[in-house]
Amino acid sequence: MRTSSTTRAGLGLRVSTLLVVGFLYAPLAVTVLYAFTTQTSAFTFPPPDLTTRWWGQAFGDPKMWSALRLSLLVAFVGTATALLIGGLLAAAVHRARFLGRNALAFLVVLPIALPGIVTGIALRSTFSQLDLPFGTQTLVIGHATFCIVIVYNNVIARLRRMSPSLTEASSDLGASGWQTFRHVVLPNLGTALLAGGILAFALSFDEIIVTTFVSGQQQTLPIYIFSILFRPRAKPVVNVVALLAIAITFLPVLFAQLLTRDEGGHVR
Amino acid sequence: MGPPGGAPSARRSAGVPVAVTGATSTTGGVVRSVSAFFHRHPWAKLLLLLTPAVLWLGVLYLGSLGVLLSYSFFRLEEFTGLLVREIGTTNYQQLLQPTEREIVLRTVAMAAAVTIACAFLAFPVAYYMARYASPRMRLLVYLSVIMPLWSSYLVRGAVAWRSILAGEGVLPWTLEKLHLDGVLRFLLQAPLIGGQSLVQSKLSLFIVFTYLWLPFMILPLHAALERVPGSLLEASGDMGARPWMTFRRVVLPLAKPGLVAGSIFTFSLTLGDFILPQIFGTSQLYLGQMVFTQVGVAGNLPLAAAFTFVAMAIMLLYLGAAKRLGAFEAL
Repeated sequence: MRTSSTTRAGLGLRVSTLLVVGFLYAPLAVTVLYAFTTQTSAFTFPPPDLTTRWWGQAFGDPKMWSALRLSLLVAFVGTATALLIGGLLAAAVHRARFLGRNALAFLVVLPIALPGIVTGIALRSTFSQLDLPFGTQTLVIGHATFCIVIVYNNVIARLRRMSPSLTEASSDLGASGWQTFRHVVLPNLGTALLAGGILAFALSFDEIIVTTFVSGQQQTLPIYIFSILFRPRAKPVVNVVALLAIAITFLPVLFAQLLTRDEGGHVR
Repeated sequence: MGPPGGAPSARRSAGVPVAVTGATSTTGGVVRSVSAFFHRHPWAKLLLLLTPAVLWLGVLYLGSLGVLLSYSFFRLEEFTGLLVREIGTTNYQQLLQPTEREIVLRTVAMAAAVTIACAFLAFPVAYYMARYASPRMRLLVYLSVIMPLWSSYLVRGAVAWRSILAGEGVLPWTLEKLHLDGVLRFLLQAPLIGGQSLVQSKLSLFIVFTYLWLPFMILPLHAALERVPGSLLEASGDMGARPWMTFRRVVLPLAKPGLVAGSIFTFSLTLGDFILPQIFGTSQLYLGQMVFTQVGVAGNLPLAAAFTFVAMAIMLLYLGAAKRLGAFEAL
């Protein structure tokens, strides 16, 4: 029996941790490698030779650009909507007890706890019932629905950490409700809102399950990637676009994680 | 859970209209009177805060689930393919057919297998992070686990693994160099996991699902393990328990809420996925794929809705059980 077990992990534990983390990243290295292979329709390992011509081809496709623009637009508007709704909801759930409070706190998690296909097809049925044409607006509605919880989680975690004496002190000093909110609460919530917004943006930007059901004829970037996945020729082009998709959200998400790391790992 | 709100102190300060920041302009006056109104009527403020969420989640989202439920009882006219808005159980009867039942069972089995594999892979990482890692190391491992969660699932799953599992791809090449290609051939011929090629085998679908959902298991498990005090493990050892005994009788029960919380994600994500079974695996269908085909190719929204409700019912049962096991505190 290890007596001072807090000092150092066994070799087995360290090696298996390293292997699992390696397992998480090895496929990304492979994706990078095959963005440069000279083969057009196979993935022979090791690649026979390397080339950069797929990069030109990928960036020369106007459909890629329009898909990218749509993804950015939907993610921006969806995130803004989620910031408003999720932020207000977190404030309400945090500060007051009311009928249905627990139900609402459960309901907000449902769009990501249930399989995405449920949200997707439920919204699709409703949109067709309402004769709402599928397009950018239905995409925004669908994405905002599962982004609300991201903002909500981040804001409520911050509110719980905030000492109630802060707002009490502000009121005691004579600040109005608005002044307390403007000068005390909002500055404290700032980074939580920013982090929640970034994460919601990233989630929306990469989403494909709900998107498939509410996008109509429009292509977001993930749908574009999926559509060129089965092209028989020029397969490495997919890898180039794939790397672009990952690169766009990587640094902002890293930043968001560092902003909120004290609040613990709430999974999405 | 509800922290002491601002109510008592608010009452104390209600009669002290002294400006803190000296807002005496007219706009300040408007803001002041509006905020005074909300101050006197806290319910109005609550209403303002809640209305958007209630409209979006309570009316739009919950309403959509209701519409979905009603669709699952409608049916398509057999010859015209038009929607018949009459309540009936045609779709649910079809779900009980052997083929459809098999799809549901196959999907649940895959979800269970993936969940177990994720739990096994997640444990060492979560345990290392929670008990041994230095603060810097913990942050590093934490970031490397959480970053994939926020990067494209399609890229990490489909694009990356396609080239690893391809006939002449990385994995077959590695196994050949290790003289293990015989093992691969053996596995591909095995009845439950095999297939025509590695990409077209259940084994590959299982690997990719496990790979994708693994971070969802590591994080809640880590959160649960982090709350286990080290003194508890030392006490167990002091009282003569061998490491395995300590693990089984002390660590595992305390890790359970984390494992259950993680399994909510691994289970739910596998149940609803329709992208990966199109790329990996045999021609046998999975639940999500079935729904997708019914909506897209067959245009049979009612049957798709019924199928979706099976997935949803499974998840709601699962969530109910998870709540009883205390999983929501570990989320």
